[in-house]
Order: sequence, then structure tokens, then C-alpha cells
Amino acid sequence: MTYSGNKRGTLAGSLTLATMLACGVAMADQKEVRVYNWSDYIDEEILTEFTKETGIKVVYDVFDSNEILETKLLAGGSGYDVVVPTGQFLARQIQAGVFQKLDKSKLPNISNMWPEVSNRVAVYDPGNEYAVDYMWGTTGLGYNEAKIKERLPDVPTDSFDLLFKPENAAKLKDCGIMVLDSATDVLPVILQYLGLDPNSKAQADLEKAAAVLEAIRPNIQKFHSSEYINALANGDICIAFGWSGDILQAASRAEEAKNGHTIHYSLPKEGTQMWFDMLAVPKDAPHVEEAHAFINFLMKPEVIAKASNYISYANGNLASQKFIDESILKDGAIYPDEATLKKLFVLLPYDAKTQRSVTRLWTKIVTGQ
Amino acid sequence: MRRWFVILVPYLWLLVFFLIPFFIVFKISLSDIATAIPPYTPTFSITDIGGFFSQLDFENYTFIFQDSLYIGAYFSALKIAFFSTILTLLIAYPIAYGMARAPREWQPTLVMLVILPFWTSFLIRVYAWIGILKKEGLLNLFLMNLGLISEPLTIMNTNTAVYIGIVYSYLPFMILPLYASLEKINPALLEAAADLGSPPWKSFWQVTFPLSIPGVLAGCFLVFIPATGEFVIPDLLGGSETLMIGKTLWNEFFNNRDWPVSSAVAVVLLLVLVVPIVLFQRNQEKQREAGR
Repeated sequence: MTYSGNKRGTLAGSLTLATMLACGVAMADQKEVRVYNWSDYIDEEILTEFTKETGIKVVYDVFDSNEILETKLLAGGSGYDVVVPTGQFLARQIQAGVFQKLDKSKLPNISNMWPEVSNRVAVYDPGNEYAVDYMWGTTGLGYNEAKIKERLPDVPTDSFDLLFKPENAAKLKDCGIMVLDSATDVLPVILQYLGLDPNSKAQADLEKAAAVLEAIRPNIQKFHSSEYINALANGDICIAFGWSGDILQAASRAEEAKNGHTIHYSLPKEGTQMWFDMLAVPKDAPHVEEAHAFINFLMKPEVIAKASNYISYANGNLASQKFIDESILKDGAIYPDEATLKKLFVLLPYDAKTQRSVTRLWTKIVTGQ
Repeated sequence: MRRWFVILVPYLWLLVFFLIPFFIVFKISLSDIATAIPPYTPTFSITDIGGFFSQLDFENYTFIFQDSLYIGAYFSALKIAFFSTILTLLIAYPIAYGMARAPREWQPTLVMLVILPFWTSFLIRVYAWIGILKKEGLLNLFLMNLGLISEPLTIMNTNTAVYIGIVYSYLPFMILPLYASLEKINPALLEAAADLGSPPWKSFWQVTFPLSIPGVLAGCFLVFIPATGEFVIPDLLGGSETLMIGKTLWNEFFNNRDWPVSSAVAVVLLLVLVVPIVLFQRNQEKQREAGR
């Protein structure tokens, strides 16, 4: 008994060892792709499906601002294979030599992309050589239905007048206003609101835009680029100038919490910025092959539709639209109609000098110094 | 041989983790911004050392002294750090005093309680203050339920919130050195003072407080120096008008992608803090000598 038991033990032991060795070999051999994407920006099932289909393991990290991503990329050796910068940032990073050209022969699904989006992003990436669109959206107003109605019953919510007219902003002060802390996202939209060229680099134009903000500045509780999501959802503020997806996220959080707050996103009729988050592969990516496989997988219509259905953002994939939930596809705040689409503008990156003067102007607006 | 080794280790540590990084930052502060990896020029090359040095200049320093923004941010940071240090001292002193006067067997537990918050991430503790201070937060609900206020107070996103955050976060750094020096005071001294007819408040000012000064100084420096460069607390709790040099540095680095100017801001910040750091060192040395 003892003997056989012992023997079995040995056998089991050697089996375990063999399995471990096999696993070790498999692990060394297992292909992986390291993805660096925005937080709360994918349905995680997609990652599991990708691994199931291709056998490539996904290491998935998240960031919450373009600046953080850009700093990692510019420092070099980030170790990521697929990153997701926004258009203007992508353009500058291409200039800095951060990315490699995509090998289109490995991206057969690229035929599913939406020309409307591909043409627009060509200003950042001429010829669409370095990147493909993941999601896109707009910047606009998020507001608390009841609180706005109570204070400004006659003011339409589909215009930037709601926030940018000082008399309106003054009435909203007590319930709370937040604005993105990002010069490049806010000032061009105000230029458009004033009927000026949103891409203007003229100091005089920029100062006119700054004046609009300075007039309502005393009524703004805070300039911040992420706090408004929770603040809107919890009813701590009643209006925010922010990104479409974030505001829609606040709306669904409020709905889930059943706290009595109804949040809406308004895409103002004056027109606003259309931004694009782009999939790109750094030059020093350790797994180029796998990066292409991942991007190609994301361009499958049913896969990217699943992502859009989960995060409520529009994507740049035309073929995916038949898989997108009606409630999202028909929502003008996410997929604007033809006429609204025409009013949306694309931002070009600033050169270093304009960037500095814009940031300086912004600091003056925000801190009063 | 062993003595040399003992001396070498701390110096090596300082060299690798302080001096070399400082020179890298200093070198970047003399460069120019570029659209490249890394985003500044020139980068160091062994083959062209002469050319490398000829491209360095102090332009970025002239720049930050020409714009009132930076000087304003330094002063504002120093001001916030100064007043929060005083507030922290006023709150920490009675706590440390109470701890030092508590029964011997309680004292380890009390010290433990002071250290306990460190078991939770600093960031999470600062976030928790948002929940307390915001308009519909715990503090306002509590005060309104008591009937002390009828309208919620606006504390969140103001400088008041920054002071609360700094005082809260740095309190242990003040309490511990204070406790250490108060606990060492021989109670016989106070008994002697009482025997000689000194009332308790007078004994405190003439005996206890002077003897605790090393602890007061150590605590103040430990709070003042990091509070000056603080970034997280003003970013999360402060409002838009809260101007601090840590935030300005962040803007330069991330928004403007201007590594050279942000490095210059960092070097100047270090120079500003060299004075209190040297004073702190002196104080430590004096104490060590007194202890001998």
C-alpha cells in the first residue's frame, strides 16, 4: 500500500512537473499584445474573445488623459503595442516620429471603415497611414433637466447661450457649473460660437474667446476634465461643458443610482468640436504583428458595435452600424444627423508657440493671473 | 575599511538618487523644446560634446522670471504652505502633548493610532475629503441637520479645502516629532517649577515649550517643505483660483509639453526650498550634538 501510494505520488509529481514545464514553454511562446487605452472605454468581453480567436494574450492598461499618454510616448520605450491618442495629439506625435506606418495588408477589415470619419481624420494623419479611428464624439453641454428647468424655464438647451450668456450663467451659479480644464477643447468651440474660425491662431480672436469665458468666470465652480462626471451624476452641479461620452456616462450613472437626477447631453446647434480617438502602433512596439491583429479584430463590424453598445460612443466603422443598438444609433447626441454633422469642425494641432500662448491665456482665465 | 563602507553607502545613495537625477533635470532646463523623442534638444552625444554644450543656455530661466505667473505661483505656494504649517502646529501640539502626558502603557497605542491612516492610500484619503466637504456632503448634511446653517457651505473647490487637506494629510508628520521631544521632558522639572510657585501655564511657557522647540522645528520643516510642492491636494480639493507651483509645473510638463521650462521651474523650486532644507539640517545636527 505504502509503496504503491508512494509510487502514485511520484507519478503525480512528475506529471505536475511536466505540466509546469509545458506551461512554461507555452507561456514563453504565448503571443501577447499590450494595449494602452482610455479608462472605461471597452467591453472587456471583447478582449477575451480576441484571445479565444487568436490565442494572443491581451495586457490591457488604461489612462485618463492625452497628456499622460503623450508624456509616456515622448519619453520613449513605453512598451505598448497599441495606443489610443486623440486626433490633434496623434498629429503632433506622428511629427515627433512616435508611430510606425500601419501595414494595410494585415488589416483587411479596414474596408469596413466610414469614409466620413476617415476623411476627417486625414487632417491629422494624411492618407490614413498611421492610425484608424476607434471612437469619436463631440464636446457639448451636459445638464440636469429639473434644475435647469427650474432656473431657466424659457432658455432652449440646444444652444451654447445656455452657458455662455452671462445672465444665464449667473442663474446657474448656485446649482454649480463645471468646464473642461483644457484650453484646446474649450477655446475653439467658443470661437465657433462667436462665428470665428475655430482653428484661428490669431491672438485677437483667442482673446475674444477668452473674454466670453471671463464674463462667466465668477459663476464657474471649477475647471476640471473628469470630476464633472460624478458631480453631474450626483447632482452636485447642474451643468457641465464636457465630452459627449463622459456626459452620457454621467447620465447612465444617475439612472442606475435612481437618485432622481436626469442628465442629458446637448449637442448645441452652433456646432462644436468633433474629436477622434485613434488606434496607432508606436515605432518601438515589441509586438507589431499582434498589434495589427488586434486592430484588425477591432475593425470587425460586430466587435466594434459591441464596444459602442457598451460605452455609448459612436465609432468610425460604417459596416458596424447595423449591429448597433437602435437607442444609440438613433440618438442624435451620439450619431448626429447629416445637417448637424456638417456643423461639426475638426481641430488642428497648435504649434509649440501658439500652444504656449493659448495655455498662458487659459491660466489667466482659470486662475485670474 | 568597514567604516569607509558605512560612510560610502549614504553618499552613494544621494549620488544615485539625488545628485544625478538633479543634473539630468538641470541639463534639460538648459535645452530647447522640440517635436521629437525626447521632446527637447540637444540630446547628449559623446561624439559632439562641444556642440552639445554650446547649445545650452539659460533662456528658460529668463522666461520664467519675466512672466508674473511663475513668481505668483511660487509665492502663493509658499503662502499656503506657511499658513498650513502654522495651522498644523496649532492642532498637533495639544494632541502630542496629550499623548506625552497619557499613561505610559497607552502611549504605544496612541502612536499607532497616529500612524494608522498611512495604511490607506494617500490619494483615497484625499478623495474621501471630497465626500465630506462637497455641497451635498457629510459635513453640510450634519451641520444642516443640527440647524447650525440653513444653506450648505461652499468649502469644496476653495482654498479652505486645500488648507483642510494639507493640515489633515501632514498632521502625523507634525505630531510624531513633537511627541518625541515632549515625551523626553523629565516630569521632575515641572514638579520643581510647581514647588517654586510657578502656576501651570507659566511652567508650560517657561519649561515645557522651550524644551519642545527642536520637535516644533522638525515638525514644521517636515510639513512646510513637501506642502510647498504639493500637487494632488490643490488639484483635487482646490478650486480654479488655487494657484500653486506644483500645478503650474504639471501644466508646463503635460499641457505645454515643455520639458525644458518645467525643468527650470523645478530647479528654481528646489533653490527656493534649499533655505528651509539647510535650516532643517542644522536643526537636526544641533539636536544630535545636544543629545550626545
